[in-house]
Amino acid sequence: MSRIYDTVVIGGGPAGYTAALYAARARLSVLVLERMAAGGQMTLTGEIENYPGIASIDGFTLGMQMQERAEHFGAVTEYTEVTAVDLAADPKRIDTWSGEFYGKTVIIATGADPRRLGLAEEEDLVGRGVHYCAHCDGRFYKDKTVLLVGGGNSAAADALYLSRVVRKVILVHRRDTLRATKIYHEPLMQAENVEFCWNSRVAQILSDKTVTGAILENTQTGEQTEVACDGVFISIGRQPATAFLQGQVALDDAGYIVAGETTETNVPGVFAAGDVRTKSLRQVVTAAADGAVAADMAEKYL
Amino acid sequence: MSAIVVTKENFEEIKNSEKTVLLDFYADWCGPCRMVAPIVAQIAEECPQYTVGKINVDDQPELAQQFGVVSIPTLVVMKGGEVVTQSAGARPKAQILAMLEG
Repeated sequence: MSRIYDTVVIGGGPAGYTAALYAARARLSVLVLERMAAGGQMTLTGEIENYPGIASIDGFTLGMQMQERAEHFGAVTEYTEVTAVDLAADPKRIDTWSGEFYGKTVIIATGADPRRLGLAEEEDLVGRGVHYCAHCDGRFYKDKTVLLVGGGNSAAADALYLSRVVRKVILVHRRDTLRATKIYHEPLMQAENVEFCWNSRVAQILSDKTVTGAILENTQTGEQTEVACDGVFISIGRQPATAFLQGQVALDDAGYIVAGETTETNVPGVFAAGDVRTKSLRQVVTAAADGAVAADMAEKYL
Repeated sequence: MSAIVVTKENFEEIKNSEKTVLLDFYADWCGPCRMVAPIVAQIAEECPQYTVGKINVDDQPELAQQFGVVSIPTLVVMKGGEVVTQSAGARPKAQILAMLEG
């Protein structure tokens, strides 16, 4: 099997598989490198209600369907993790756990991962009370109290979801008001089992085998208080999955690939699509749109 | 063979398998679980040297509790009836194989 492709797409979320779909339909040879399974971040979403034309679908199913459509037109998927890239080479080289692949063009669609709080004890407590997916793990806290950290749209949606499945939610946010859009405010304020800790950050997560509580620090006064809880759900945004691209392509301070609406990066023949790119709105539909643009740009480049 | 559906009825038998055991705690409604399920199924097919079981946490809450599972998917590797590794979250195939070999 030839390991040189017209386009190698890194990442099999909505951006990646839309790029693959468009590139395959343009008769380019396309390889998608996916670490685990199709769908990317949207697999964590139980219900997607804002993908045009579809009343409601779960993210996993939508991801599978995007993959199926791209493969129908000839795209190939290899399940493997990318370890390093040489984007200046011709053809561009991608090193993976399953060896090297080459692309005349490369579309980077690696998306983003949940942002960590950055506490020393955090990683160790994953699976023992620290969570990044409310929809996955909320139900294990049916008669329990959980902390929800964050104040954006995802945090508000997570808090609302948790309030329906757990006994009590304590929302911890470093400002004095939610950053989430208004649609979330009222139902949250009305939920009887949601308590708010404004101007607060988590200074430490307490545990005895599993999570037992947290120390909160007031961002104004520095005063620390201890709260008891059984789980900590963290919903403070995303960090782009670009660690393997250091020195290869221009990244901004937050680690996103610098690219505009054309998806062109500073490296010729390398395009960035979806959440991994600097952009204002990160949604399934904008990721898919990027994928189409990137495939078109790749075709023009070739 | 395919992954064995583990229940509290057959759990003791699976646990005491002479082979290294991989257990996948999952639920049907969990996206990351559905990502990892085909990988676990592949390992069951391709690696006869392991006993591979899947445990639906909705159907088997006692087993989930016994393992202190509060995140799904949770992958557990057991040898000689003892837990060797327990890790929360979906993992790529190579990492799961490394857990089994480790």
